[in-house]
Formats: sequence, C-alpha cells, structure tokens
Amino acid sequence: MSSSEPAVDDTLDTPFFLRWLTTAATSVSHEAARLTDLDSAIGDADHGTNMQRGFAAVAEALEKEPPGSPGATLILAGRQLISKVGGASGPLYGTLLRRAGKALGDAEQITPQQLADALRAGVDAVAQLGGAAPGDKTMLDALLPAVEALGGATGSFAAAGEAAEKGALATVPMLARKGRASYLGERSVGHQDPGATSSALLIAALAEAAR
Amino acid sequence: MTDEGEKKLVGIVLVSHSAAVADSVAEMAKGLSGGGAAPVRAAGGTADGGFGTSPELIAEAAQAVDRGAGVAVLVDLGSAVLAVKALLAEGDELPEGTRLVDAPLVEGAVAALVTASTGADVDGVLQAASEAYDYRKV
Repeated sequence: MSSSEPAVDDTLDTPFFLRWLTTAATSVSHEAARLTDLDSAIGDADHGTNMQRGFAAVAEALEKEPPGSPGATLILAGRQLISKVGGASGPLYGTLLRRAGKALGDAEQITPQQLADALRAGVDAVAQLGGAAPGDKTMLDALLPAVEALGGATGSFAAAGEAAEKGALATVPMLARKGRASYLGERSVGHQDPGATSSALLIAALAEAAR
Repeated sequence: MTDEGEKKLVGIVLVSHSAAVADSVAEMAKGLSGGGAAPVRAAGGTADGGFGTSPELIAEAAQAVDRGAGVAVLVDLGSAVLAVKALLAEGDELPEGTRLVDAPLVEGAVAALVTASTGADVDGVLQAASEAYDYRKV
C-alpha cells in the first residue's frame, strides 16, 4: 500500500466519490474507441459509445445536483447509467453502483472497508442480474478480483486496480458464455472482453481517486 | 370480484431492440387478437431512435398500460431482459404487479394480448404467453 493512499481507518467523503466518477467518465471517454474496437470483434460495436454516453450523463447529473453523501452519489450515478446507456452494460453497471450506494446508506463518511463491502454487494447483484459466473468472459472477471483485492487484510485501492486489469487481460483465452459474444462460441476465444475492460477502467479510476 | 364490465385488465408491454419491431409486433398482436381490449404498448429501441433498449421508455410504457391489474412485459434478448430485470430489482420503477414474461416475443405477444383481453389475471397472462414456447413448428 502506498503511503499516500487512504489507510483502513481513514474515511472517504462525498468529494472522493465525485472524483472517482468524474475520473471514470474522463477515462471512459479517452478509451471509448478501444472499447468499441474490442466490442466490434465479439459484440455489436457499441460498448465505447454506450459507456461514453452513460458516464457523460453521470458527470453532468453530478455537477447539476451534487448529492450529499457517498451512497447518494453512487445511486444517482447508477440511475443515470441504467437509463442512458442503451445496451446491456447500462443495467449491469447501473445495478453495480446503485446496489453499492444503497449498501452505504446515508453516511457522510465511510471507511475503505465499508466501500469494499458495498462494492461486493454491488458485484453480487450484477452476477445475479446477468446470471454469469467467474470465467464466463464478462465484467465479473475484472470486478470480482478487484473487490477481493480491495477487501482483503492487505487490501488497497492500488491492488484492486491491478487485480481488475489482470482480470480483464485474463478474459482473452476465455470462451464467452453470456451476451452477444456467446453466439460466437469458439470464435470468441482470443479476444479481450469489452465489459471486463471497462470494468478495469472503473476500478483504475477508483485507485486514481484514492491517490 | 367485480362485474365483467368493470374488470381491470392486465397491461402488456413489448420490448425490442428495434422500435419498428416492437411497434409492428404490437400492431400485429392487436390485429390477431380481434382488436384486443387489453392495453398494449411498444417500447422499442433507444430514446434517441437507435437500436438498443431504454429503461425510460419501458417504464413509461408500463405506466401507460397499468390499469391496476398488473403489467406483463415481453422482451426480445440481451439488454432488453437485463433492463427489465434491473427495473424490477429496484422495486419502485415499475407499476405494482409488473412481471417479466419468459416467452418468445411475437408468439407470446399474441397469446398475452388475447388472454389479457378475456380479463385473465397476470398469472394467467404469463402462463398463456410462456406456453407459446411449447408450440413446435416442425
């Protein structure tokens, strides 16, 4: 854990969450073309534009009516993603953030451990919604290692970022079992999953906000 | 139970990645169900007219067909399924008694509208629509 990163007993406030999500919006915008390229190989070539539209709406909503708590920030962001994305990633990312936000309640300050637990609840909700399991070549393959790395005894935001990136790369040899890519069967092997890639961006933005 | 005339009818929402598909299936279901008294609304495509699904359009359509007897939502695939499930999981986005139907969109829509128009409850509508899976064509 780097010395500048929040320690276990530090608290995370609403500005931290605003920083996380605006960083994520910038990152998704920068990487939109790459996400769409990955999606054109095994999907319907809209992941980058969909995520860019969704996170732009998140950034705009947060600026227009800044929420008063970390939980409210994630719930507002999740709601924007559900309604604005227009693809499967909208309900999935929206559920991730809304469920995590609900788990945080209305506390104005939360600990990194509480955030780890809330994200775990969000990831579980995503798994339930999509019916996917680890190894199915989905966003879960980046998110699950990330929440494990964040919540462990030696957990840190930097470790979560690394775990998510590693998880996204590990989807390359996997056979897609969910979504549009699953129609391709064996032809989905050899391509990195776009959803796992955008999930890694989201977790990287979290690590950046914590630095 | 109220009189037949006052009976509240189940509403039907048809969700497709394509607005044209959803609109056409709604028209076809109405035509094949003899005008069908039950309310039906299409929620196809994204809010800006592209291919995809819009939870906002789905929620609007569900409110529009809600008569207090429940709403049966039929979907095509992928994000349409996930969008409705996500809205249902939130609890407050769709009218009370809204249910996602496990049925083929076209065949299920006809079965759902015919059944809903007879005054069947939402369970009856769901059952009729999902039985469309059992109709083998070959």
